Amino acid sequence: MNFQISKEPIDIQSVIDKVVQRNAGAITTFIGTVRELTKGKKTLFLIYDAYEAMAVKKLEQIGREIEERWEGAQVAITHRVGRLDITDIAVVIAVSTPHRADAYEANRYAIERIKEIVPIWKKEHWEDGEEWMGNQLETVAYPSGKPEEDDLNE
Amino acid sequence: MNKILFFAHLRDAVGEEYLKLNATGKTVGELKVELAGSYNLPKLDTVMTAVNEEFAQDDEVIQDGDEIAFIPPVSGG
Repeated sequence: MNFQISKEPIDIQSVIDKVVQRNAGAITTFIGTVRELTKGKKTLFLIYDAYEAMAVKKLEQIGREIEERWEGAQVAITHRVGRLDITDIAVVIAVSTPHRADAYEANRYAIERIKEIVPIWKKEHWEDGEEWMGNQLETVAYPSGKPEEDDLNE
Repeated sequence: MNKILFFAHLRDAVGEEYLKLNATGKTVGELKVELAGSYNLPKLDTVMTAVNEEFAQDDEVIQDGDEIAFIPPVSGG
């Protein structure tokens, strides 16, 4: 169960423990947290929702992509859903690899891919309203109905 | 029969988490256009579609029992 969607607060250590391996020289951990200010606008809290079954599959896919690109890598990702307050942890990514450079690179790859292909959405709640956010700037359109190869291979 | 799932702003627009209807034989794109009309769905040009939990092209033909999900641009992480 290296790839999970959680309704409960994420225990960081338990995610790290999943990638401990004798061949690792490094484990990198990414912890995504809820920020209060975005472009000067104050967030009160967030609601995350997921298409859970597909989200787990897409997290697993990201894990496979990393194992193919960085030899000896092991990956674990847990993403939270539900209501999150400022400073709460939304996502934890742990990557172990034989050498440290790969662990940093692969971990960065994982978070960028989550933002592209994993069906999870956040709803921002501000003092003056609320809105579902889509790829932050809503700059990406999918005219063919799904991400293009280029989007998926970046 | 098919189960059609909605998320984020689309769920708010439709007012349901899912609909059960017969979309068998239609393409994903045809279903999208049909539902966009019925429910006045916003921003549908940026919405992806999944068939049985995998991203699908608009020309994919829906089979009986397929689970269809409309997936707005994601914002996890």
